[in-house]
Amino acid sequence: MDVVAVTVEDISMVTKEDIFKGDLYMKIAIPVLDGALANTNISPSFGRAPFFLLFDTETEEKQFIANSTATASQGGAGIIAAQLIVDQGAEALLTPRCGKNAAEVITAAGVKIYKTVSDDIQESIQAFNAGELKELENIHPGFHHHGGA
Amino acid sequence: MKIAVLSGKGGTGKTFVSVNLAAVISDAIYLDCDVEEPNGHLFFKPDLTSIEEVYVKVPVVDTTKCSGCRQCVEFCKFNALAYINNSLLIFSELCHSCGGCSLICPDNALSEIDKSVGNVQMGTYKNLTVITGIMNPGEESGVPIIQHLLDHACDKENIVVIDCPAGSSCTVMESIKDADYCVLVTEPTLLSVHNLSMIHELARLLNKPCGVVINKYLNELNPVEQFCQENNLSILARIGFDLYLSVIGAKGLIAVEENRDYQAVFSQLYKQIIKEAGHEAVIDNQR
Ligand code: SF4
Ligand code: SF4
Repeated sequence: MDVVAVTVEDISMVTKEDIFKGDLYMKIAIPVLDGALANTNISPSFGRAPFFLLFDTETEEKQFIANSTATASQGGAGIIAAQLIVDQGAEALLTPRCGKNAAEVITAAGVKIYKTVSDDIQESIQAFNAGELKELENIHPGFHHHGGA
Repeated sequence: MKIAVLSGKGGTGKTFVSVNLAAVISDAIYLDCDVEEPNGHLFFKPDLTSIEEVYVKVPVVDTTKCSGCRQCVEFCKFNALAYINNSLLIFSELCHSCGGCSLICPDNALSEIDKSVGNVQMGTYKNLTVITGIMNPGEESGVPIIQHLLDHACDKENIVVIDCPAGSSCTVMESIKDADYCVLVTEPTLLSVHNLSMIHELARLLNKPCGVVINKYLNELNPVEQFCQENNLSILARIGFDLYLSVIGAKGLIAVEENRDYQAVFSQLYKQIIKEAGHEAVIDNQR
């Protein structure tokens, strides 16, 4: 069997399109504050975001889904929100932060979580498309503890 | 008689009041329900007599039986279940052990197992019984441990001092539900009035008689006095701001054992509680 050596120069020739070939387009989910305004902002919380924006990077189709069950719940909002976006077929999640339990559900579904750097939706989608967003690293343990120390 | 000591937020001196109060009462039982941060034992340093694990029931799934119908996921009010990638995920720290999911599963794929959520440590210090609840890190709810703690005190003749968790959450509710009297510990600041009003509300909801201890007291011109007057709340004690107490506390010493003045302050507080609660006092004069 022939082994084709790939040199460093060859790799630099490879375009982003080649790497993502066949899988360039994605359905992304973003937690947002409003489901009616086209220019609403990204929600600072994932689990308790009022809505999710589902954005298809191929068709550029936008769809808002209400996160009502999670926001009405006492605890475990992150889990229910995660279940929701996974069920909607999201392949990537763009969010400023994400709790431990929600992250567990999302990663179990093979969905990648990227950290947004601004609260502007359009900017974040562009940054994602340009490959500028990093995967979310610091997953917080959740804010379930009531009261103080 | 059970005296619950609570405060709207941490750092007000709730443990200080509970520990010193218990220390002036003969044969008292000190029950540390602040299961996330039980600190009372740091002062009493009790001789341990026994440790009991506290278990709760949580579901486990038999993946060969689960058909993926998701009825359990829909059912769980605490969102402890998710169905992802053709398998059921169970977040047992969110589970409230209602047992419902196992009952409704049409394929009998769920069963219940015991899971430890913490332990209860029993010990003695002089003539006191010190019972401490400790929650395992990462657990969501201290309620099962608190229930276990209260079981130990339920039919005792002794005076029980319950050191409650700080705040006004469901664990506080659980801790005071058997109490005959609630001592609300607060600082004399404006910010504290809000926290005080929350725990006062809680005590009122559960129909518990209560009174206030103002800790780190400076003078009578403080918003807490006004709040108490408006709400017809009696002030049981005013404990002055005293650096000596911080020093003693940092050393893990008990103020009433170190200082006669504080012995008097807390004996007086105990008498006041008994008077308010309409019971008879049994003061321990030996200490
Ligand atoms: S109810 Fe039973 S069969 Fe249905 S998803 Fe849950 S465990 Fe599986
Ligand atoms: S036992 Fe009750 S709380 Fe626990 S996972 Fe099942 S349905 Fe949810």
